[in-house]
Amino acid sequence: MTLNAADDVLVTISGATFGYDGLPVLSHVDLSIAATDFIGVVGPSGSGKTSLLRLLLGTVRPQHGSITRRRNTAVAYVPQLETVNWNFPVTVSECVLMSRTKRALPWASRDERAEVARLLDRLGIGELGNRHIRDLSGGQQQRMFIARALLRRPQLLLLDEPTSGIDVASRHDMLHLLGELNDEGVAILITTHDLNGVAAHMPRLVALNKTVIASGTPRQVITPTVLERTFGAPMEVLEHLGMLVVLDSYAADSGKASA
Amino acid sequence: MIADWMSGLLDPFNYPFFVKGLVVATLAGALCGLIGVYITLRGMSYIGHGLSHAIFGGFAASSIIGLNYFIGAGVWGLASALAINRVTRNRRIGADAAIGVITTASFALGVALLTRYGNKGIAFDTALFGSILGIDASDIWALVAVTALTVAVVFTNYRALLFATFDPDVADVSGVSVARLDALLMLVLSLAILATLTIIGVTLVAATLVIPAVVARMLTDRFSMMLRLSTLLGAGSGFVGMYLSYYLNVPSGTTIVLTGATVFALVLLITGGRRLYRVAGLDHNEAGAPTPVPTPS
Repeated sequence: MTLNAADDVLVTISGATFGYDGLPVLSHVDLSIAATDFIGVVGPSGSGKTSLLRLLLGTVRPQHGSITRRRNTAVAYVPQLETVNWNFPVTVSECVLMSRTKRALPWASRDERAEVARLLDRLGIGELGNRHIRDLSGGQQQRMFIARALLRRPQLLLLDEPTSGIDVASRHDMLHLLGELNDEGVAILITTHDLNGVAAHMPRLVALNKTVIASGTPRQVITPTVLERTFGAPMEVLEHLGMLVVLDSYAADSGKASA
Repeated sequence: MIADWMSGLLDPFNYPFFVKGLVVATLAGALCGLIGVYITLRGMSYIGHGLSHAIFGGFAASSIIGLNYFIGAGVWGLASALAINRVTRNRRIGADAAIGVITTASFALGVALLTRYGNKGIAFDTALFGSILGIDASDIWALVAVTALTVAVVFTNYRALLFATFDPDVADVSGVSVARLDALLMLVLSLAILATLTIIGVTLVAATLVIPAVVARMLTDRFSMMLRLSTLLGAGSGFVGMYLSYYLNVPSGTTIVLTGATVFALVLLITGGRRLYRVAGLDHNEAGAPTPVPTPS
């Protein structure tokens, strides 16, 4: 069965304005997320990225404008690693299973155990199910939370800075994994500060600073004009081996690429 | 000689009040050990302490007006717990300050009322420190009912409670009603403190909530095991503590807490303090404060 364009859209934000204590954080934001989308949201600290996630998750409502979700759209969320209590006494399997809250019994059914094992295998951490969460690397911890989110079988997966605090190799693996999940039919939206390592590799980018400055492919968004409007600082964009490389003015002067 | 020693050990079992006390103390210890896991992991240890003091205000008021203290102190305690939870979630003042104001004022009111008007129910000392002599049939039934309710709550909400304790914000957006679970936990905590009031006493109940959970945390990294260990350690402390209370002729609450503290010291000694870091993270989440993102960027 093929979906028509309207069915394909999971969430539509129209003219949404939102703020805290009278101070606007987002203003007149328009954004639609299709079932096949893989979107990176870039913007400086305080640009409203996390508030945008909150709107999408439904934990806050826009003060003006509207958000429309396709009926029965399951949304899952992966938090930043920095916010987690790593001393909490849970193993990887316990952590993944906690998102399956509908079961009335404390212990996992045989099907659930098999599903968790399959998911952990799929994410490359199959042998770590009995480890404590603190004993994983940053990349493995991120995969564990993705497994927890996937156990809810989401159509839309939201990740807050998923590549923050992990090494370059893990970052590549993470982007590859998210790409695979997207190919399997999960719409993905991530926030990131990393213009060169992450944003330049996204199929679709949204530049955000209180409102949507630009939206489109990396080549449409990663331009000096858009970046300056988004980050409030002049930046240069070079092309190296077919890839976009962003230099901020300070780095350009001293010959270093920005992170 | 061994026969004399055994006879001495079994002697207290000739007294029905002791047997009753032993059963109740064991059950009370297990109940506090079970709830204590959630309380300590949420960084709410101080709430257990404060709530027991708040309940004392309700105990005093119900004693004076002749109301059943389970009802009077229960309603009072639950109202205090919900007030603390609400104030803390608003984040205008910290959890410690909210507890300090609400519960200490309630305790002070209780002391003032009892000093001014005298009490007509449970003795002042019993309410403060617990007593082997303060147990009657209604205490036993209340404790059994609260234990059954608590086990049912934990059993049927196991994963949701775990999720809401570990990651409240993500749990909230994953279909878990965190506010409902918080209220439910406050309810069983209030009822548990109330049901153990005569055994352990308001001034000592916080330790029976915290010590078994902290010791269990030092012994395991697995949540399900921590729940079981904490419940067993609480039950064991209750049993041994009540036994010691008989021989040492001191309030049962003190010996129950001292037994737990001794176990803590032993585990600390055996592990050489290497597992204290596990306990260091227990206050990562301030009471009720949603720590993990999303927060405004």
